[in-house]
Amino acid sequence: MPHIVTDNCQRCRFTECVDHCPVQCFHADDEQLYINPDVCVDCGACIPVCPVQAIYDVVDMPDDKEPWVAVNKERASTLPIIGAKQDPLPTAEARQAELGF
Amino acid sequence: MSGKDASRQKLHIAIVGSGPSGFYAAEALLRSGRNVSIDMIERLPTPYGLVRSGVAPDHPKLKQAIAVYAGIARDENFNFLGNVTAGRDISVGELQQTHHAVLLACGAHEDRTLTIPGGGLPGNHSATEFVGWYNGHPDFRERTFDLSHKAAVVIGQGNVAADVCRILAKPFDELRDSDIAEHALEVLAESKIQEIHVVGRRGPAHAKFTAKELRELGGIADVTAHAKPEECVLNEESRLELEDRANFNAVKNLEMFGAFAKQVETRGQRRIRFRFCLSPAALVGRDRVEAISFVRNRLEGPPFSQKASATDQTETISCGLVLRSIGYRGVPLDGVPFDGLRGVVPNVAGRIVDGEKPLRGLYVTGWLKRGPTGIIGTNRADSIETVENLLADASEQEAKSGADALLPLLEARRVRWVSFAEWLKIDAAEIERGKDKGKPREKFTRIDEMLNVLE
Repeated sequence: MPHIVTDNCQRCRFTECVDHCPVQCFHADDEQLYINPDVCVDCGACIPVCPVQAIYDVVDMPDDKEPWVAVNKERASTLPIIGAKQDPLPTAEARQAELGF
Repeated sequence: MSGKDASRQKLHIAIVGSGPSGFYAAEALLRSGRNVSIDMIERLPTPYGLVRSGVAPDHPKLKQAIAVYAGIARDENFNFLGNVTAGRDISVGELQQTHHAVLLACGAHEDRTLTIPGGGLPGNHSATEFVGWYNGHPDFRERTFDLSHKAAVVIGQGNVAADVCRILAKPFDELRDSDIAEHALEVLAESKIQEIHVVGRRGPAHAKFTAKELRELGGIADVTAHAKPEECVLNEESRLELEDRANFNAVKNLEMFGAFAKQVETRGQRRIRFRFCLSPAALVGRDRVEAISFVRNRLEGPPFSQKASATDQTETISCGLVLRSIGYRGVPLDGVPFDGLRGVVPNVAGRIVDGEKPLRGLYVTGWLKRGPTGIIGTNRADSIETVENLLADASEQEAKSGADALLPLLEARRVRWVSFAEWLKIDAAEIERGKDKGKPREKFTRIDEMLNVLE
């Protein structure tokens, strides 16, 4: 029962989550982050630190975000682990405001 | 000494405590690109702090963080020294002589107390004791808990309260193949507890459970969870608090409390009863706890600053066991300033301060730095911050000997320190002992038993 990164991460890529993950389960491309469901231990530390609430516990996911479960699993298996927090994308601040945070 | 030589000098860092904050600090140091040598001192022969002795036995997944720590421990620039007590076997002052920096990661070992009449009655315990006891922590091996009465009261509504409630509520069969300590399993098998009251000082919007933990309490086999509808009515200020997007956890909690308020009374099942706006006033009983009297609170103040204010209404709940789960406190160390009010070591972003003045070479991370908040992963970000400041201050120009000076001191004092390789022997022995019982391990609960494995 892992946690899942969804679309709010796109155009932000804050990466606050990475420094709070006890087991380094985040993988990344230039667009956004993904959680490896086989490594995630469901501790929930990442959820409250994302400035745009992009992360959900899989049991709490709204139906329209369900496809992200498969996306996280698939992309995490091919992308490298992100080991430390990085600067957000230049569009992050605007996107955060747009999302109402 | 030339600049080039200085950069080949190692930075010797002593970390006191081997829980998550200590290990994440070691990780940050090893990744920094500086030439570091880390000596981690731990009071017990076994590492990992609350991941070993705090995380509940029925939450084994969270313990996978241990794989990360074991990886760090195997680094050639990392040295584990178990069974060494800072403050007794070696002082913080001595560590400052031998190392460039001393990083305190000792956690918050004591519990916040409740000074009310009757507090000395048998049957009144802290959650810290109960958790340490069922998790096999040597400090709590000899505690006894009387589970022969029908009702228990848990004071507090955070995740530790959820853990102790769950361990009391779960059917025996669901615990028997976990790494719960044998002596605790035997007592829980005979438990007569049928009702567990989980009481909070403020309203349902203020319960600190993460939604996941609360959901788990509502889903235990053969157990029903209840709340009183009249206690789940929100005042205007609480409704406004729930409208804040950042407060999504409380929104989910309220949905669940609402469902519990509709739960039909059952017979023959254990019941968990969530109660709100009650503060304990006194423990009542002759030779042991027989009841707690509570004062009913009203909520006062603006949204996000609502406080519990006593009314003149009271309520008494009969019970034979009280577990207070109202927070932990750090323990002061000789030679280090301490904030007695907050139970932490005064610091600015991890640099320990005496009043306004930062103390050279002294740092703190984890619960001893920020208080007992957050989850396992929270310590990672916290330690990253402290280590950044530690490294900014540290200078390879200073000559220190690290373990070369520390180990002879310990040997002269006849301190039998336990290496990581030796911990792995204890680890293997625990796993072996668990096999016959179908458990992932059977923990050693006495220090002499652990050390015997090594002889």
